Amino acid sequence: MTIPIQANVLVIGGGNAGLCAAIAAQEAGAQVVLLEHSDKQDRGGNSKHTRNLRLMHDAPTETLDNSYSAKEYLDDLLKVTQGNMDQPLTEFMIEQSAKLLPWLKRMGIHFQPSLSGTLSLSNTNAFFLGGGKALINAQYLTAEHIGVKIFYHCEVTSINIEDGAFKSASVTNRGFKQTITAESVIFASGGFQANKAWMKEIWGSVADNFIIRGTPFNQGTVLKSLLAQNVESVATPEQCHAVAIDARSPKYDGGIVTRIDCISFSIVVNKNGLRFYDEGEDFWPKRYAIWGRLVAQQPDQIAYSIIDSQVTEQFMPPVFPSIQANSIEELAQLIDIAPRVLIDTVNQYNNALEATTKTSQYNPKILDQCRTQGLEPEKSNWALPINKPPYYVYPLRPGITFTYLGVKVNNKAQVMMNDGKPSKNMYAAGEIMAGNILGQGYCAGTGMTIGAVFGRIAGEETACHFKQ
Amino acid sequence: MSLQTIEIVDITQNNTKSIALAEAERVANICNACRYCEGFCAVFPAITQRRNFNEHDLEYLANLCHNCGACYHACQYAPPHEFSINLPQTLAELRAETYQKYAWPVKLGSLFHRNGLMVAISVVLAMILLMSGLLLFQDSTPVFAEHLGEGAFYQVISHQAMVALAGTSFGFSIIALFVSFIKFCRANAITLAHVFSNNVLVKASYAAGTLKYLAGGNGQGCHTKDESFSNKRRYFHHAMAWGFVLCFLATSVATLFEYTLDIMSPFPVLSLPVMLGSLGGLGLIVGPLGLLWLKMITDPKIMSIKHLGMDYAFLLLLLFISITGFLLLGFRSTSAMGMLLIIHLGFVFGLFLVLPYSKFVHALYRFVALLKFYHEQEAIKK
Repeated sequence: MTIPIQANVLVIGGGNAGLCAAIAAQEAGAQVVLLEHSDKQDRGGNSKHTRNLRLMHDAPTETLDNSYSAKEYLDDLLKVTQGNMDQPLTEFMIEQSAKLLPWLKRMGIHFQPSLSGTLSLSNTNAFFLGGGKALINAQYLTAEHIGVKIFYHCEVTSINIEDGAFKSASVTNRGFKQTITAESVIFASGGFQANKAWMKEIWGSVADNFIIRGTPFNQGTVLKSLLAQNVESVATPEQCHAVAIDARSPKYDGGIVTRIDCISFSIVVNKNGLRFYDEGEDFWPKRYAIWGRLVAQQPDQIAYSIIDSQVTEQFMPPVFPSIQANSIEELAQLIDIAPRVLIDTVNQYNNALEATTKTSQYNPKILDQCRTQGLEPEKSNWALPINKPPYYVYPLRPGITFTYLGVKVNNKAQVMMNDGKPSKNMYAAGEIMAGNILGQGYCAGTGMTIGAVFGRIAGEETACHFKQ
Repeated sequence: MSLQTIEIVDITQNNTKSIALAEAERVANICNACRYCEGFCAVFPAITQRRNFNEHDLEYLANLCHNCGACYHACQYAPPHEFSINLPQTLAELRAETYQKYAWPVKLGSLFHRNGLMVAISVVLAMILLMSGLLLFQDSTPVFAEHLGEGAFYQVISHQAMVALAGTSFGFSIIALFVSFIKFCRANAITLAHVFSNNVLVKASYAAGTLKYLAGGNGQGCHTKDESFSNKRRYFHHAMAWGFVLCFLATSVATLFEYTLDIMSPFPVLSLPVMLGSLGGLGLIVGPLGLLWLKMITDPKIMSIKHLGMDYAFLLLLLFISITGFLLLGFRSTSAMGMLLIIHLGFVFGLFLVLPYSKFVHALYRFVALLKFYHEQEAIKK
């Protein structure tokens, strides 16, 4: 099948947002062409690494506990973004999220109760049975079944806009260039985190030490083309979802397994052997998203999470084995830190722990106040002495999930132009417009909600446009 | 030490660990860090109860896996990813090794492990030749004559010879299977006390009887040719397994008739043994044919190709037992009966003899694995 030169609706990008858009548009009567940059095995962008989406709900569902009100949802997002969001649009998204579950189930997506080790999300996040790739598979099968024309190996290299309206897209397919026109277009091609040159423009050489947690195909080519043609942008280019992951992770697509969950039970030092942040500030699910940035601020963007044998079973098993030693001195040598400095850091930490009565109240399930006193920085919870060999260390690097710089949209998912007017036939969904909701910070499962809500709306809207 | 040079998972190859075992350990550790597949089947909840995987753990997981393929298609780390995770295939290869390891005597298991199909055919031929040899070279052979009425079969092969052949092959089979079963239970530390507490036996039997773990976690079934789901394999397996059970019942009822009621075979078409046998025989045609077809169209990536011979051998044996059984039923009042009886019995006795080394053992080991799974689930509740 060769790529047609014309379509009613063109969807660029084959992750969750693009497929929601394509399915909604095709079901509403449009003939949809979807272009995916990768081949079939690697399809699905970052969505294949996800596992849940955050949904407002009034009552328990088959897999979601209790309820999660619009207000609670908004408060959670306001907290992580510190208000850096389009609040009316966010409120609209939250309302729409309540209608997603039956719609996604119709695509053959199944849900399961929250996974082990994720109890804190059982109220708020619906988990896909088998994770994001199972979701993607179901969406592709549905899309193919209803007649969406899907093409792999299609990189969209530029967008041709005239008078604020989409005219055509330039596509490279296995080395051959062609142009495709459409009455409407939906951009669902993600952020630009995998574009090293662009990341270095913003971060300098620091970006050399970033690991990309997801797809290498998010090059931001479409985003760049749009922002150069009077499309209004949202969020600042350095904002992104960044977590601390194992420094030994693959350069791309390391996904969930590269996470290190022992930070709150450890002390974390930089390459100079010094601590730099309160490891026990709050529960890990509430803190994991700040640690990518914290590590990025350290020399050479590396840090080491150190635990002793007391806590080895209290966190999710990491994918890479720990580096082990029987003394702090030996451990320091293994990670190239001056032994005397690391010994000092550990001694200072151990000495700053309050009288032994406090360590007996250690409890990983609560904010146990088992803390240091007079240390800089303090460790405010789960602080046990590090004195029971063997000692274990996990090296950390910043892991970038996706960037927030994107195109501004309204509540019809229409792309906004710099003159403040919506484009009449350009729409956007997913990470390419996530910055409208997430100006900074992150709340688990929000990315997939953004993709599904705005993908669906964009698809339905383009089909209306087509019918007129 | 440079961080870039650290191996993904440090598994040192040595002589005691097979490639399949080492790969299963590597994969199980990655699965345990991910856990996305937890809802598909019993394997993943069993993985999450461990932080390290020894040989027995991995053998247990291998036999708990029903090879539905759901976790392969849902895997973000499947090839071409550099982690190259393929749990169904990895466990299928290790599972085949356990069939060999726990076989009794082990040497016979190894023979079947390598040439499943050829060995099965040879055993059947040998049985047919043995009976033919005994019967065809008599002065006045009973094989080509017409025999009617009660006891007709025994006019071809004497009752004593039939009992001796069936008793020997079946008896051997039962003993060998029992030894294997006990060996595998011991390796998994499963005791009678575990089996008979907390409804473990009921739960495991229900999961085995309904093929719960071929349902893909949500009743949508398993994978064959691609990432779509289907319940076909489950239905064909039901036809085969329940067909097998019905045929076994038919034989048991027939034996009872002969010994307690003194009614001799062949039985009329509308008798209990023939009706049970025919219904079971139908299952043994539909089931194996369907499963053979599914094996041929299934994506080879999720199977252990080098062990397929073993699967084909078992399915073909069942299929031919049923076909020759129906032929015998259809032509039992003609002079072809003698030869058909020899061929049918050749397949039946052949099946008995190869049973402890055939794909049949998966039923035993998977059942033990399910017992262990439900026992462990109960243990964490406490």
